[in-house]
Amino acid sequence: MRFLARIGEWFDRRLQLAAPIREVAEHPVPRNTASWWYVFGSAALTVFILQLVTGILLALIYVPSAGEAWSSLQALNHDVTLGWFIRALHGWGSNFMVAIVLIHMAQVFLFGAYKFPRELTWIVGIFLLLMTLGMAFSGQVLRFDQDAYWGLGIGASIASRVPIVGPLIVKLMLGGPIIAGATLSRFFALHVFVIPGMLIGFVVVHLLMVVKLGINEWPMPGRVVKRSTYVSEYHELTKKDGAPFVPYAVWKDLFFAAFVLLAVAACALYFGPFGPTGRPDPTVIQTAPKPDYFFLWLYGLLSYLPPSMETPALLIGPVVVIAFLLLLPFLSGEGEKSWRRRPIAVLTVLLIAIVLGTLTHLAGYTPWSPHMNAWSGDPVPDKFLRGTTALQRQGALVFQVKQCRNCHSLGDLGGQRGPALDSVAVRLTQDQLIRQVIQGGGNMPAYGKNLSPAETTALVAFLATLHPQGQAPAREAARDVVLGGEQAKRPKTEP
Amino acid sequence: MPGENSISRRGLFMKVGILFNGLVASALAVPVVGFLLSSITRGRAGAYLSWVPLGRVSEFPEGETRLATFRNPYVMPTDGKTADTACWVRRIEADQFQVFAVNCAHLGCPVRWFAQSGLFMCPCHGGAYYRDGSRASGPPERGLFEYPYKVENGLVTIQAGELPTPGAAMALLGKKPPCAS
Repeated sequence: MRFLARIGEWFDRRLQLAAPIREVAEHPVPRNTASWWYVFGSAALTVFILQLVTGILLALIYVPSAGEAWSSLQALNHDVTLGWFIRALHGWGSNFMVAIVLIHMAQVFLFGAYKFPRELTWIVGIFLLLMTLGMAFSGQVLRFDQDAYWGLGIGASIASRVPIVGPLIVKLMLGGPIIAGATLSRFFALHVFVIPGMLIGFVVVHLLMVVKLGINEWPMPGRVVKRSTYVSEYHELTKKDGAPFVPYAVWKDLFFAAFVLLAVAACALYFGPFGPTGRPDPTVIQTAPKPDYFFLWLYGLLSYLPPSMETPALLIGPVVVIAFLLLLPFLSGEGEKSWRRRPIAVLTVLLIAIVLGTLTHLAGYTPWSPHMNAWSGDPVPDKFLRGTTALQRQGALVFQVKQCRNCHSLGDLGGQRGPALDSVAVRLTQDQLIRQVIQGGGNMPAYGKNLSPAETTALVAFLATLHPQGQAPAREAARDVVLGGEQAKRPKTEP
Repeated sequence: MPGENSISRRGLFMKVGILFNGLVASALAVPVVGFLLSSITRGRAGAYLSWVPLGRVSEFPEGETRLATFRNPYVMPTDGKTADTACWVRRIEADQFQVFAVNCAHLGCPVRWFAQSGLFMCPCHGGAYYRDGSRASGPPERGLFEYPYKVENGLVTIQAGELPTPGAAMALLGKKPPCAS
């Protein structure tokens, strides 16, 4: 032991780092910050380090070439010993990192930690969040499969909408006129050199400020932040009720960090690596690309925004959100920190969480997407065909062949883009059905040019049978008057 | 003793040194920026866009819409399969064609042709287009992108080479496609 101590002394005489490190480790923190609520920042850093290590390991095998990236991922998955596990760790690590960074941000916001004098710590944190999302997107590109290829197309389509310079931004982003080798190479450079380099720099600044300014004290209702008195009050607090960070508070960080690493490893082991899905061959168009989970909410949002709102929302939305986040500490740099006295802050976090959660959940089963194979794959359930006439059965055939099923479900089978048609006859009269089929409307294309009069008649005859037992189909009252009693009373659609 | 407004010899050298570094850095910035922006400055007509053959006219039956593929005219050795591109070719009659990009005018996902209902459908957000490429329903704000084409010596040829995106003024790629609304 004495020998080791002497080696340590030899190094420290030259490096002179022991004193500053001890000072950082033993700096006093308010006792009540040694809480399980304060562990997310260090957990994010832990996962970031895991990402650095596993990323370097993957780079030993991965080939950033549009022609070979996909095959090198297959080799990692199937040929290289434990390659699949390192890929899985990296993929799950990225999911965890995005989630933990968001939780950390919500906690910092709810605890008022962004207020004076920690404004810059918050601002640097916003940039860290943006870089984390940048890493997530560029990482998805490096998993160069069908999703990555068409995901780049979606990115390019969004970027192209910037007024005037949009098309130039697209070329800069793609490194050429199309998504190809140069695109993958520049995303590789971003993912492996540029963004991680910036991330490391910003993390250092972020941590430096946490140490210099002290960890945010546990917010108490009524303890109001004032620029003139806060710093002396904080020092008073750490002097009166403080404890050295190591070991008083650090053990919770250590436990949680280990727990998070274990959770990443467990997910990696159980669920395995992400993809790659199909080969990135643009001539194979039988694909329904989907982003990774942290961008699913955006995928959902893009299908619900009305077309006219989309471009402004895509271009102005992020600028407004980021500007608001950056300005937040200046808009409310003083005042109450406690969430108990900040109901709007709590509601904001809840609202954002619910919106993001709902959109993510919806994007899990994409009710807005047509089911491209429903017309050939999902049969009309027989209960809808029992006791039907020849014409109505012919209509069911038209219904199937004309791909109506891709957007409309029957008996819970088929697309959900349009309304389910199980009881459409209750909602629409025959005339309305004919009009809707021929002219379209709402979100439905007009089929007038693609249906012969005979096909339309058969189709509407079938649709008019779709009503629950004991519930009469919709009927236009005027018909009774115009056509006289007998004919109008006929419930079914025989012409 | 130097006065308040005077400058020492060393101080002057330092300032000249900073200025010198600034000059060298600006000079070096020219090629660096030139390299970074090369994918933009390469120009369109000169480098990216060219006429590429899709196949003989007889390969496309009248009144039908078929998928055709072509190799992008501008390629790099590392592009692999990504330089292969698909497009939908609609032969209206005789030498009258429409050639559509597979990329949805909403966000670029690949649209698929359904001959029975005469619709192009997009699997991503449900954009739909009629057989002439005009918008039928869903989030797209316009019809499908069209490549300019010509028929020469029995070959269908299109002017291609760029990823069609909603923002890129498609006028540059030729005539505007019809739009339903």
